[in-house]
Amino acid sequence: MAAGTLAERGRAFLPMALKEAGIAAGIALLLALPLVGAKTVSEGSAFVVTPRIVELAIGVVLVFAGRLAIASLRGGHHIPVVAAALALAALGWLFALPSAFLGVVTIAGGLAVACIGAIGLLRARRDRIPAAARIDSARLPRQALAWLGPALIALAILLPFLPFADRRVMDIAILVLTYVMLGWGLNIVVGLAGLLDLGYVAFYAVGAYSYALIARDFGLDFWSCLPLAGVFAAFFGIILGFPVLRLRGDYLAIVTLGFGEMIRIILLNWYNFTGGPDGISGVPRPTFFGLPFKRAPPEGVESFHQFFGIDYASIHRTYFLYFLVLALALITNAFTLRIRRLPIGRAWEALREDEIACRSLGINPTNTKLTAFAIGAMFGGFAGSFFATRQGFISPESFTFIESAIILAIVVLGGMGSQIGVVLAALVLIGLPEFFRELQEYRMLAFGACMVLITVWRPRGLLATRDPMIRLSRRRAPP
Amino acid sequence: MEYFLQQLINGVTLGAVYGLIAIGYTLVYGIIGMINFAHGEIYMIGAFIAMIAFLILGPDGGGYLILALFTVLIVSMMLTAVYGWTLERLAYRPLRGSTRLAALISAIGMSIALQNYVQLTQGARTKAIQPVIQGGIELAERDGFAVSLSYIQIVIVVLTLALMASFSLVIGKTALGRAQRACEQDREMAALVGIDVDRTISITFVIGASLAAVAGTMAVFYYGVIDFFIGFLAGIKAFTAAVLGGIGSIPGAMLGGLLIGLIEAFWSGYFTTEYKDVAAFSILVLVLIFRPTGLLGRPEIEKV
Repeated sequence: MAAGTLAERGRAFLPMALKEAGIAAGIALLLALPLVGAKTVSEGSAFVVTPRIVELAIGVVLVFAGRLAIASLRGGHHIPVVAAALALAALGWLFALPSAFLGVVTIAGGLAVACIGAIGLLRARRDRIPAAARIDSARLPRQALAWLGPALIALAILLPFLPFADRRVMDIAILVLTYVMLGWGLNIVVGLAGLLDLGYVAFYAVGAYSYALIARDFGLDFWSCLPLAGVFAAFFGIILGFPVLRLRGDYLAIVTLGFGEMIRIILLNWYNFTGGPDGISGVPRPTFFGLPFKRAPPEGVESFHQFFGIDYASIHRTYFLYFLVLALALITNAFTLRIRRLPIGRAWEALREDEIACRSLGINPTNTKLTAFAIGAMFGGFAGSFFATRQGFISPESFTFIESAIILAIVVLGGMGSQIGVVLAALVLIGLPEFFRELQEYRMLAFGACMVLITVWRPRGLLATRDPMIRLSRRRAPP
Repeated sequence: MEYFLQQLINGVTLGAVYGLIAIGYTLVYGIIGMINFAHGEIYMIGAFIAMIAFLILGPDGGGYLILALFTVLIVSMMLTAVYGWTLERLAYRPLRGSTRLAALISAIGMSIALQNYVQLTQGARTKAIQPVIQGGIELAERDGFAVSLSYIQIVIVVLTLALMASFSLVIGKTALGRAQRACEQDREMAALVGIDVDRTISITFVIGASLAAVAGTMAVFYYGVIDFFIGFLAGIKAFTAAVLGGIGSIPGAMLGGLLIGLIEAFWSGYFTTEYKDVAAFSILVLVLIFRPTGLLGRPEIEKV
């Protein structure tokens, strides 16, 4: 790397940086030695170990370079670091590394370091400008946020009519919106009421299975099942919530996690009722208020394209599903925004801030928490029945703990209680990885790493600014 | 009676493994008040390192089986301890003083990342080794049903007892243990009297990780099969054990581990194996509802 330039700039600094990088590389070597450096491969019935020295060496060198870059940035050597990082990214691009993963890490890491360096450089420049001439950077995002919501809604409504909206984009959009809806539903529980729920997927599963089972056994259609699914999920929320809502923060998290897993295990083992691991197939697809999306509808039934006199296209159903989930999500959002202004919503937020104070003011904590839990569960149930009708097939596989973790991550990383934050986090966590399907294997690794990085970078979430619901008319002097 | 005895033996063995993992949860919770959600993955990594070390040494341990097994255990403990240290340094230390929720999210993210890291580097398939320590003692026999106590079970229980005894000594008698207990009671006060709090917390993670590595190593040689997903359930059950015994209490973790092991063994022995995980979760829920402080825990007073 640019050791020569570094040495010219500060002689005392370089040994420190090198030592730091050396320690980091040593630890990386110890960490990677058994799991990266050795690979277990099956040979007949037994397993043997084969070494992977090249990957190990490249990984350790990358850690060394990265740590050196961070130390140099801290030392104020922006320009050489940016240049070296860009060069490293270019090297990773040009030369084929032994695995695609190392290539991605090299390129992404190089670019990230270059970006951090460039930002640091700009900031150092800006500090020379007198304070009065600077744009008030704290107020800018808040003004932008006020416009972001309506702009995003307009974009969401117009999306299917945009030229690039092919089936793949629409599928990703439906997926993202499903998670936005789940995030908004969970936001009632976690963001407003401050109850940490790690088993939200249970209500999603209850919604999906109620739709599938009611449709299978009683032949009701989607529109009759949707409210029923919500009611069932809310009912489950009350049953599960009642005994456990007295518990404090992280205990509650683990108990809800336990409930989520229990529901999954029951779905998996109750073969006669739920089909066990085989799941339920042939879940009825959605209809446009009774008009099916079929090329050749059964006798006596008019299909969507016949009714409107247009040519049949299979993407009509995708468009319909998209608008359906968009409507469901926006209903969830509108509901949340309204209920925050009602006494019950205020009670949730007060309870989140200080439970003891609430109790002394006469708010019944258990009932208040229970309503939040039940309403959150209801929206989870709606999303679940949407999921069932979209997939046409459900099995316990879709309702693992990882789903709960993803939804919770969306809420927390978005900034708890922030509705726009949920959308942004869902776009980042669900949308981005979907566009990089080629790196499918590394998706969850990157997902976990992103969760850690974003939390460490912004512990209060991406959009942490939370406006108070009520302002006192007269500002008191700060204490 | 014979069947009962057999389940008892299996349960105690299982409980030893859970107890060792539970200590890691209880130590970390005691000192920084967070659920180290990634601890189950640390156990899984310990198991993988032990398996890889054993495979490198060869199926018969190069002729010196006992020495080889001991080497495997030490290597696994040391390298897993580095994982524990790094986990704390990267994911938890920057969040010290932040909300509990942030730390929990970071821990969940770390758990997902570690699981997928092992899946990517070692493959998703289940790994198996030939049984190493074979044979056992036949305790009783009636109507063709023999109660056996295998040597590996004896090793597991004895090793666990030895580790727990020495660990209790470390916590109770040494300067390190005193520092740890001081940090547990009041971190700021401990810092004021000259205890390096960050270092103590790091050491706590190192101890927790190496005990989890012992549990992982034992699991490799006891079950013979591991995959990248074993950490999740084992972690949850060990956490249940820690809560059952009273989180923050070390004897509680051991007791809780033993109870969870016994419950699981008897449940699968007398009812169904399909719902044995439901049993563990139900116990957790019941304990938290009726005795949130656990069996040996001290009640926590909430102040305004």
